[in-house]
Amino acid sequence: MTDSKYFTTTKKGEIFELKAELNSDKKEKKKEAVKKVIASMTVGKDVSALFPDVVNCMQTDNLELKKLVYLYLMNYAKSQPDMAIMAVNTFVKDCEDPNPLIRALAVRTMGCIRVDKITEYLCEPLRKCLKDEDPYVRKTAAVCVAKLHDINAQLVEDQGFLDTLKDLISDSNPMVVANAVAALSEIAESHPSSNLLDLNPQSINKLLTALNECTEWGQIFILDCLANYTPKDDREAQSICERVTPRLSHANSAVVLSAVKVLMKFMEMLSKDLDYYGTLLKKLAPPLVTLLSAEPELQYVALRNINLIVQKRPEILKHEMKVFFVKYNDPIYVKLEKLDIMIRLASQANIAQVLAELKEYATEVDVDFVRKAVRAIGRCAIKVEQSAERCVSTLLDLIQTKVNYVVQEAIVVIKDIFRKYPNKYESVIATLCENLDSLDEPEARAAMIWIVGEYAERIDNADELLESFLEGFHDESTQVQLQLLTAIVKLFLKKPTETQELVQQVLSLATQDSDNPDLRDRGYIYWRLLSTDPVAAKEVVLAEKPLISEETDLIEPTLLDELICYIGTLASVYHKPPSAFVEGGRGVVHKSLPPRTASSESTESPETAPAGAPSGEQPDVIPTQGDLLGDLLNLDLGPPVSGPPLATSSVQMGAVDLLGGGLDSLIGGPNFVAPPAAAVPANLGASMGSGLSDLFDLTSGVGTLSGSYVAPKAVWLPAMKAKGLEISGTFTRQVGSISMDLQLTNKALQVMTDFAIQFNRNSFGLAPAAPLQVHAPLSPNQTVEISLPLNTVGSVMKMEPLNNLQVAVKNNIDVFYFSTLYPLHILFVEDGKMDRQMFLATWKDIPNENEAQFQIRDCPLNAEAVSSRLQSSNIFTVAKRNVEGQDMLYQSLKLTNGIWVLAELRIQPGNPSFMFILRASTSGEGSQAGSTLPAQSPTRGLIP
Amino acid sequence: MIHSLFLINCSGDIFLEKHWKSVVSQSVCDYFFEAQEKAADVENVPPVISTPHHYLISIYRDKLFFVSVIQTEVPPLFVIEFLHRVADTFQDYFGECSEAAIKDNVVIVYELLEEMLDNGFPLATESNILKELIKPPTILRSVVNSITGSSNVGDTLPTGQLSNIPWRRAGVKYTNNEAYFDVVEEIDAIIDKSGSTVFAEIQGVIDACIKLSGMPDLSLSFMNPRLLDDVSFHPCIRFKRWESERVLSFIPPDGNFRLISYRVSSQNLVAIPVYVKHCISFKENSSCGRFDITIGPKQNMGKTIEGITVTVHMPKVVLNMNLTPTQGSYTFDPVTKVLTWDVGKITPQKLPSLKGLVNLQSGAPKPEENPSLNIQFKIQQLAISGAPLSSLAAMDPVTASCAGKTKSLHSSFLPSSPIPPSTENEDSEVPLQLHRHRFGSSWFLLFLKVRT
Repeated sequence: MTDSKYFTTTKKGEIFELKAELNSDKKEKKKEAVKKVIASMTVGKDVSALFPDVVNCMQTDNLELKKLVYLYLMNYAKSQPDMAIMAVNTFVKDCEDPNPLIRALAVRTMGCIRVDKITEYLCEPLRKCLKDEDPYVRKTAAVCVAKLHDINAQLVEDQGFLDTLKDLISDSNPMVVANAVAALSEIAESHPSSNLLDLNPQSINKLLTALNECTEWGQIFILDCLANYTPKDDREAQSICERVTPRLSHANSAVVLSAVKVLMKFMEMLSKDLDYYGTLLKKLAPPLVTLLSAEPELQYVALRNINLIVQKRPEILKHEMKVFFVKYNDPIYVKLEKLDIMIRLASQANIAQVLAELKEYATEVDVDFVRKAVRAIGRCAIKVEQSAERCVSTLLDLIQTKVNYVVQEAIVVIKDIFRKYPNKYESVIATLCENLDSLDEPEARAAMIWIVGEYAERIDNADELLESFLEGFHDESTQVQLQLLTAIVKLFLKKPTETQELVQQVLSLATQDSDNPDLRDRGYIYWRLLSTDPVAAKEVVLAEKPLISEETDLIEPTLLDELICYIGTLASVYHKPPSAFVEGGRGVVHKSLPPRTASSESTESPETAPAGAPSGEQPDVIPTQGDLLGDLLNLDLGPPVSGPPLATSSVQMGAVDLLGGGLDSLIGGPNFVAPPAAAVPANLGASMGSGLSDLFDLTSGVGTLSGSYVAPKAVWLPAMKAKGLEISGTFTRQVGSISMDLQLTNKALQVMTDFAIQFNRNSFGLAPAAPLQVHAPLSPNQTVEISLPLNTVGSVMKMEPLNNLQVAVKNNIDVFYFSTLYPLHILFVEDGKMDRQMFLATWKDIPNENEAQFQIRDCPLNAEAVSSRLQSSNIFTVAKRNVEGQDMLYQSLKLTNGIWVLAELRIQPGNPSFMFILRASTSGEGSQAGSTLPAQSPTRGLIP
Repeated sequence: MIHSLFLINCSGDIFLEKHWKSVVSQSVCDYFFEAQEKAADVENVPPVISTPHHYLISIYRDKLFFVSVIQTEVPPLFVIEFLHRVADTFQDYFGECSEAAIKDNVVIVYELLEEMLDNGFPLATESNILKELIKPPTILRSVVNSITGSSNVGDTLPTGQLSNIPWRRAGVKYTNNEAYFDVVEEIDAIIDKSGSTVFAEIQGVIDACIKLSGMPDLSLSFMNPRLLDDVSFHPCIRFKRWESERVLSFIPPDGNFRLISYRVSSQNLVAIPVYVKHCISFKENSSCGRFDITIGPKQNMGKTIEGITVTVHMPKVVLNMNLTPTQGSYTFDPVTKVLTWDVGKITPQKLPSLKGLVNLQSGAPKPEENPSLNIQFKIQQLAISGAPLSSLAAMDPVTASCAGKTKSLHSSFLPSSPIPPSTENEDSEVPLQLHRHRFGSSWFLLFLKVRT
């Protein structure tokens, strides 16, 4: 008595037979026949011809038969739209049935009938079901709205179902809430711009309550929805985290990972000094490790996500290295991921263990895995400097095994090690050369040739070795050919006497006998260099190469931050943002981590340092090589020009705002949008940046304002950080004097007295020119406004960022510290107008390295207006020219420390994009701010 | 959300498809087959495959592939968890999750899939609820159905669907109230050449089979809850109580379920109960090698070690093996190069060993790989972590008034526990009378990887 009997009818008149049975009077026979039909359907047989007969069976009291017919309907309604209308009446009737199970079944099924004609008839029953007294029906109806939206979005909007759905978020039943969230999320995905899931603290509270009581799947929907919310401050973030943490112990790994996502995202807002921050870090590790004991498919997804997490917050799993050791029965895709994470977690403390493991892996059976293990040893050498020697000797051991692919892989990584630690391990070259003949893979051959070329002066028979490669030049892959060409030229430059013939040979092979354009071009370039200027050739070919670093295989910080917001999704598996692979024209909303709202920004987080604004600390790292100016522009100006920037840490955000937002806003017209500001509404820097956008709106009356632009006051020190004292403020410059306008509010219950203020040393020597005068004691809930005059004669120390100011405020209760960023335009002195001749001379004197160029888009102003607006902020137009229809404005400004910044602004009438070229001199008498100043000051200087 | 599901057997036939939205053509599975071909081994097929228009997320269970098709950005873990839940449900309903079982019950399968997912959103995945909606097939029921014409589809709304305890069905009644708990602990350990443990961790689960009437409220406590590094709970467990008192307090589902899984990673706690002596060598320039392994108990805590299986992945150049076991039997698969030795029990008097010659491909170089030995065995009635259950208390808020007097409940096993059976539960509330209750057999499985 099994269902397999339904498959047994294979006679020719099968459909005919079924038809007869479906129309039988006997209920039993009918049901059997429908079962047969369904069975055929499941294996993909076409039984759509039976449509009318099956639909006839729909009017029945037998629930099983009804369900079976519904199953059939869902499958075939699309192909028989006219017939499907026959079913409408039954649906409408069933939606009124006293049994909630039948009502729910009807509303569920009708949403699955994807026929346009029918959908209109279904609106009324759906509306009723959305308000049904039974929550089971309501939750089913919620999903039905999503289904209907997929078929006919306009209809759903017109009928107001979306609002009803939003109301369901406040439903008393957690299951209904969860389904409403799920439906809204799905609809929102196809309409990224619509503000369907408008989250506010009240609705968040409802979701958190429902989270505890709904099913595991509902929890996933709610957690994913929560992750899109940006709490208003760190306190709210913490309370959400506290309520989400219990989900980490759920048996369903998808719930766990979604909870991890919420926590990882909101953690960004918590101050690292909080005890809770540490607790949370500790709580995150065990569930992540537990995910690794699940089924291999789950492990794989978990590992891809852990890979992101260890890059973002390595401290979470730093003690858990061992759980990533490969197990014998792991599928290969899990093994490879584990290996990757092992390298990321490798540190001086555990490198011995890691190397021992990797060495074991290198002798395993699976070739792919062995190769990756060998590469991993190389990466460890590059990452953990102290272990480099050990890694090299391990690699040499492996080369001794003579296993072909191991040797080749080892040579490839040794090349990388040479690039990281030049002139350190050359003693191994002899061993490498012994294996020359066994290399048959292009990458290994190219690596070996590179090594020979690079160290040609130390290898006695380098010419012989390279010559041996040259014999089969045309059979080599391009990679090897290019490498060989370069290596021989290097050799020639090092030992010109005995290798003339060889170099001639390779150059002619590359230029005359090859049809690969890359190779030919490179050949010609070398040829000409060598023939015209051998000294220059030496400089070019034997130039010092930048060192490589482990960071080259890390995910780019901005992308990483975006991916953290996508933990648990496909994006996290592919390590690409959804915009890179989600198909269709649906715009994808970029997600970004929330900024930290606390005002104490002075402690810059260590792991964001490489991600943050350019710093001079890592000159040996490729990503930040080159001059700082270039960096500054690449890193910080790139995003606002090319698209919406991705917020990263708030520190970096500040920089993006200053430059990006500032530049855009510089000439920002009424249609100005500040993407970075939108992403970080609570950020100080942003408020400054967006505030600046007002600059031109405010000063639209040309030259009417004597002083420069004043940003609105921002909260510098929140009350909760300072035992009830809240400080907000801003900076102003008026007729040559700088002042800091402060507003002190007492939110504590006691009276505050004895105020005093002090500044830490800063880049421009800003210091209070007078003591902080609060005349009367500040009683609770009282606010006092003070303008504190500043001068620039204080002691100087370069800050990071440059315009960072650390302030200490004392009162009778305690001493409080905060830091803030001051707008650079307060430092622009009134006598910043340069003489024309002087301008010309200075412009030429400034080396090209100090030049920065960028574009400002969407600025509708003409040259006159720009000039006058800038003048009100002490940026003076020295000269104006019209060249080929372009207005060229030459401008100058001077900082309080005597540094001049010169700018050229090109405006093409009718084109809203401006071109800016900036040069800064360091010759001013106060160029104490160090080497980054020329890079920083011009761009910063532009902001006002 | 989840768009479609295809079930594929090992020979690559799609034998069932189910679509929750519009129909997706079977041809989408070609991408899957492609990946499968590339992976060589069925277990190595990557779980997430992207195709031009869809994503395929698959799991491999019981020689079947469950391939789901999705079109939008969906958490892959969500899909994978769901697919495993589908497989679990089949297992639960048909006793096995096989192609034959699914084909035999194709209509029920279809009905189940329809109940489990609506428009790609999970609907009812708890076995208790599903069983109320769709009765599992039994021989008796199908006979009755065919006589009376009644159906196996329930026509009332499952009570659990909307209550706060969606996992339990209402109105459960048993004459014998019984509760069984099985503690199964597994050790994963990697041991290096010299015999020292590189890595070891214990994975434990407590599987329960509860047959209690009404709405029983159970509390279960551990002997040593501090040992647990991480726990994953069935949704029925009250998290707050665990946080504050380290007691598992819950209203259980009816029937079989996994109550909790836990992990103990402190490796100093883990004493590996066996040792292996091994000598595997290949002669230079000759086509044979020697193979010799012996297994002995290290510290068996008075328990017998049984069900020992040793598997060795030999290097590729090995053609054949000529071995003699002192006990048990061995097989060598010349295609996959896997040697399997089924040892059985260890008797300390005579240690089992396997010796003999290895034939290599002639002319091939001496293999460099060191084969690793994988050893599996079980010890009954032993919880190696030392964190087993200590006591169970049950009460039924509904039947409290009519239940009998306080009765103490104890575990009948606790091999490594010195705790005397005197943890009387003098609960002021009247506990539900349990007729039988057992903390069942504790298995201790070990997956050992010994490097030679």
